[in-house]
Amino acid sequence: MSVQADAPVARARARPLRRLEPAALAGVMSRDVVIFGRYWKATTFSSIVQPTIYLLAFGLGFGTLVSHIGHLKYVEYVATGVVATAVLFSSAFPGMFNTFVRWQFQRTYDAMLAAPVDVEELITAEILWISLRAGVYGLAPLLVGIAFGLDPDPGMLLVAFIGFLTGFGFASFGVLIAAVAKTIDNFNYVTSAVLTPLFLVAGTFFPVSALPAGVRTVAQFNPLYHCVQLVRDASLGSLQLSDLGHAAVLLAFAVLMWRLAIWQLSKRLID
Amino acid sequence: MAQQLDPGTHERAQPPAISLRNVVKRFGSIVAVDGLNLAVPAGVCFGLLGPNGAGKSTTMRMLTAQALADSGEIEVLGYELPRESKRARMEMGVVPQLDNLDVELTCRQILTVFARLYRVPGGERADAVRRALELANLGPRADTIVRELSGGMRRRLLVARGLIHRPRLVLLDEPTVGLDPQVRQELWTLIDGLRSEGVTVLMSTHYIEEAERLADVVAVMSQGKIVAEGAPAELVRAYAGEQVLEIYGPPEQLAAASDTAARHGWQSRRSGPALAIMRAETLDGDAPEGVRRPANLEDAFVALTGEEIE
Repeated sequence: MSVQADAPVARARARPLRRLEPAALAGVMSRDVVIFGRYWKATTFSSIVQPTIYLLAFGLGFGTLVSHIGHLKYVEYVATGVVATAVLFSSAFPGMFNTFVRWQFQRTYDAMLAAPVDVEELITAEILWISLRAGVYGLAPLLVGIAFGLDPDPGMLLVAFIGFLTGFGFASFGVLIAAVAKTIDNFNYVTSAVLTPLFLVAGTFFPVSALPAGVRTVAQFNPLYHCVQLVRDASLGSLQLSDLGHAAVLLAFAVLMWRLAIWQLSKRLID
Repeated sequence: MAQQLDPGTHERAQPPAISLRNVVKRFGSIVAVDGLNLAVPAGVCFGLLGPNGAGKSTTMRMLTAQALADSGEIEVLGYELPRESKRARMEMGVVPQLDNLDVELTCRQILTVFARLYRVPGGERADAVRRALELANLGPRADTIVRELSGGMRRRLLVARGLIHRPRLVLLDEPTVGLDPQVRQELWTLIDGLRSEGVTVLMSTHYIEEAERLADVVAVMSQGKIVAEGAPAELVRAYAGEQVLEIYGPPEQLAAASDTAARHGWQSRRSGPALAIMRAETLDGDAPEGVRRPANLEDAFVALTGEEIE
């Protein structure tokens, strides 16, 4: 080490700092990448096996009773529906658990906030990383679906973006829950009472139109329903104008949850 | 108001590295920091000495804007907090009291992540990591996962992490708390090395010996305020005199000696199994039998805060 008596003074005020510094986001995400390097095998395994099991179970089970839903083959229906499930699980759960563990148990966030990283940058980077991963892993059910007879379509590449956008919203939702939860056990309430109905009443395994009118209306407020519609239209080559509406809902959900997560966690990370 | 002694060991011309003016921080009805005034001159090792609960850690957290003051002004390295805190954090390093290392990562991985967070340019990162590993004597453990390191190694890694970007100011919050004496010595050497290289060090501690050995200037903090400030030797002279008379004996004898001291207006305190009377050099012939020893910072500390220390 040597003394740098003048260097920092010369550096000072060289450039106004932005609210979201790319270098800070990259720094926080570089940690996520290192950790991912240790767990990618397990993550990838489950992201492939889970949709396979869904397709087998529903395909062999319901598939014998139901050959088509509307004009879609059941495999087309389920494979695209499971994308939303995969995105939900790979974003909401890391949002909740990673945030809580790193903040409360490992105190990683405390360490990072002593470095030139603000709460907004820290949380945004964590959410960005989770949603990037969700976007990529959201493609896994389609790959499995193709093995089960789904026709490949260039529109399926759009699914990564849809998964990213949906994942951003649900990762932020997870962070928000972690911020307000008193203990990690409280996540059980959210998992059973919020996430489970969300992924069932979204047109994943059966159409929302089969449900009573009241539930159908509620489904309109479920971001996952809009994700499922978009994914289906994109990967089956049937994109239409109304899909802009679905995208708008997902974008609004993402922005709302992102701001709420930052607001709530800031209150708790900074005394 | 804090009683100010001239430390006389540092330049007055340079602006202070840290300055707090009338800073107040409350947690509900508890006032953790109560009108704190503090100026840490650039280039010194400054010891913030106080019992547990004096407000030291809260003060440290306010310097990184991880706690926001309810009122008062804080400046760090010339940056106004909390507005310019991110800029200030770029130029300072922090070693926290609680171990918040990523247990799943290796030493090298942790240091690399923090080199990025501290904006060490890509081309210099590997060198910065190597230098930090050497500094902390962790070269052979570079690729060991933190979970497998000993407590002393983890503490050294925490220090290395805070120094990865060659900061010109380092905050050390109770740097050696809970460490065995040998590891403590190692860290003291490291901290002393920083000071000799011109890095400003602000160290909070409740170990008298740590402050006495390392700090050029000590500020004694009690109940959220600075109660005295100066070079350790000056504090001792001002608040405990030159000599202390220690009287040993059964409790009744100590109680009697304590009464005698009170009657004469001598300042005294219980010190383990003994009664210690301050400023023994000024005692007249009435002084009880006892052992005279030089006054130390602990005597001054107890005289100032009224609190015994472990």
